[in-house]
Amino acid sequence: MNLVVCVKRVPDTAESEVHIDASGKDIDKSRLSFGINECDNYAVEEAIQIKERLGGTVTVISLGPKENDEVIRMALAKGGDEAIRLEDEAFDGGDGFAVAKALAAAIKGLEFDIVFTGALADDDGYAVVPAALGELLGVPHATYVKKVEILEDGKRAKVGRELEGGLLEFLEIELPCVLGIQTGINEPRYASFKGIKQAAKKEIAIKSAADLGLDPSEVGESGSWAVLEKFTPPVVGEMAEILEGDPEETAAKLAAILKEKGLV
Amino acid sequence: MISFELSEEQRAVQKVAHEFAEREIRPLAAEYDEREEYPEWFVEKAFRAGLTYTYVPEEYGGQGMDFLTACIVNEELSWGCCGFATILGANNLGVTPLLVAGNEEQKRKYLLDLTSRPSLAAMALTEPEAGSDAGAVRTTAVRDGDFYVLNGTKCFISNGGIADLHTVYASTDPSKGTRGLSCFLVPKGTPGLSAGKKERKMGVRASVTSEVILSDCRVPAEDLLGAEGQGFKIAMITLDKARVNVASGSVGIARAALEAALDYARQRIQFGRPIIENQAIQFMLADMDMDVEAGRLLYMKAAWLETKGLPFTREAAMAKTFCSDMAMRVTTDVVQVFGGYGYMRDYPVEKYMRDAKINQIWDGTNQIQRLVMARSLMAR
Repeated sequence: MNLVVCVKRVPDTAESEVHIDASGKDIDKSRLSFGINECDNYAVEEAIQIKERLGGTVTVISLGPKENDEVIRMALAKGGDEAIRLEDEAFDGGDGFAVAKALAAAIKGLEFDIVFTGALADDDGYAVVPAALGELLGVPHATYVKKVEILEDGKRAKVGRELEGGLLEFLEIELPCVLGIQTGINEPRYASFKGIKQAAKKEIAIKSAADLGLDPSEVGESGSWAVLEKFTPPVVGEMAEILEGDPEETAAKLAAILKEKGLV
Repeated sequence: MISFELSEEQRAVQKVAHEFAEREIRPLAAEYDEREEYPEWFVEKAFRAGLTYTYVPEEYGGQGMDFLTACIVNEELSWGCCGFATILGANNLGVTPLLVAGNEEQKRKYLLDLTSRPSLAAMALTEPEAGSDAGAVRTTAVRDGDFYVLNGTKCFISNGGIADLHTVYASTDPSKGTRGLSCFLVPKGTPGLSAGKKERKMGVRASVTSEVILSDCRVPAEDLLGAEGQGFKIAMITLDKARVNVASGSVGIARAALEAALDYARQRIQFGRPIIENQAIQFMLADMDMDVEAGRLLYMKAAWLETKGLPFTREAAMAKTFCSDMAMRVTTDVVQVFGGYGYMRDYPVEKYMRDAKINQIWDGTNQIQRLVMARSLMAR
């Protein structure tokens, strides 16, 4: 099995206060720590587990600056074989579709059976890349995948997709394909020190838009369908009723509402 | 040229250890502390993550980290919980005499086995009457043909009684004091080796601390480490490393406490504003930050000297003493920042204070460390 896994480096905003920066189009990332996108971490593990079961190679691809090497090397340390980083000013400001175009151009040059991505990114959360990548590569795709089983002929896979309410939808998909992986599909391993040392020696191939045969107008901001206008913090209280008064009054009002809605 | 920069590999393994501490240790640290229970599953998890026997060379199945890298890992694990970190720290301590004095056959036989699976090791030196005064060890080892027969009781042994391998110090010649001490490899299941009382502790409560009893315990002569009478020297070389490890763990605790204080001071409103806006609180936090930074530099310097193969006994004593005293100071102040809430077990900070305390005591009290430093100074 030739497996490709796409990884994104994102800021960790789970336990940090997030502020909009001066441009109004991004958050202030100066005090945030960065790491692999959570879904992508599971995607890496899934690819490596399949390689360990069935043999083959895992190629790690990431779009972004040199800082992304940290995320790429961690995936190599866990068992990835090759790595490609897409770096070009032309890629800046791209939406999910523009990112998928760059990734697809890089993947087209490879032999692949399955391309793994995370189902969605922790930062912008568009969940566009796996579907767009499938279309651009001309192969079937499935997203929110929580189970992957390669069928015996090695030409098809049975995948379970996560639906609302904890339901799984099972479908058969022909290889090659793109799978957008959901968290919880496996238990991501920790990279060992030995793996880290080996990964440090591996080369990460850097590819520009020109290397991929892409015109700068096709990618980045100019190649995007969605245009980011500005960030605004959610308006507090618009959808909420704020109870006022001393504790006894507010408690009585709350109790009345809960009763009225039939919640108690 | 001087550099304070960690290598790319060191930063990567630091990140792995941090994530491991954050995901696997922190969510359960309070529970195991409260129940004073040893987490049986933990060693396997750490084994799979590649965080056991960190500085045992790869040729013996260890992770092959240099000592500085191993200390960086320990800082992160202790940031998660010093009790959990102690389980793995005691493993390293338990096999260090073997690394220091073992012959090739001994190292292959024991290390390759221990490192190939989730296992525990322990070093047994301390006795009820032999704490700082290691020469007062009363456990005896009497030669009987191809065996030594060990008798005595060890106390306060981390991983004691549950370890797969104990490195045990016993006197082969009680008339010689420290020069009569010898070190033996005693694997689990050796007849006459048993666990005594499991101690109830103030802190590091996820880690087992136990008596280890040797009762006509027959150890093959080939399991003597080095030669008769070399035990004290082996212990001192081992403890130099252990002290730097204690220092790194103390920095981990202090850092965790400082982070908690910073968060709390930002959120806690008194007199209509966050308490962090008071200079009295800011200065406490600034002192803590300075302390943690100084502690880290000191333990890293000591570990770096070891990594370079240079003498580091003096620096190990300094790092151990400074960092553990620092962690005690910082955690005490952090409880103060939290006020009444800090004294309650609902917040993690009283635990940090309890966990910090042992670091001033074990692996040579801070008073013994000052003796080490003074002797080094007077020898100039």
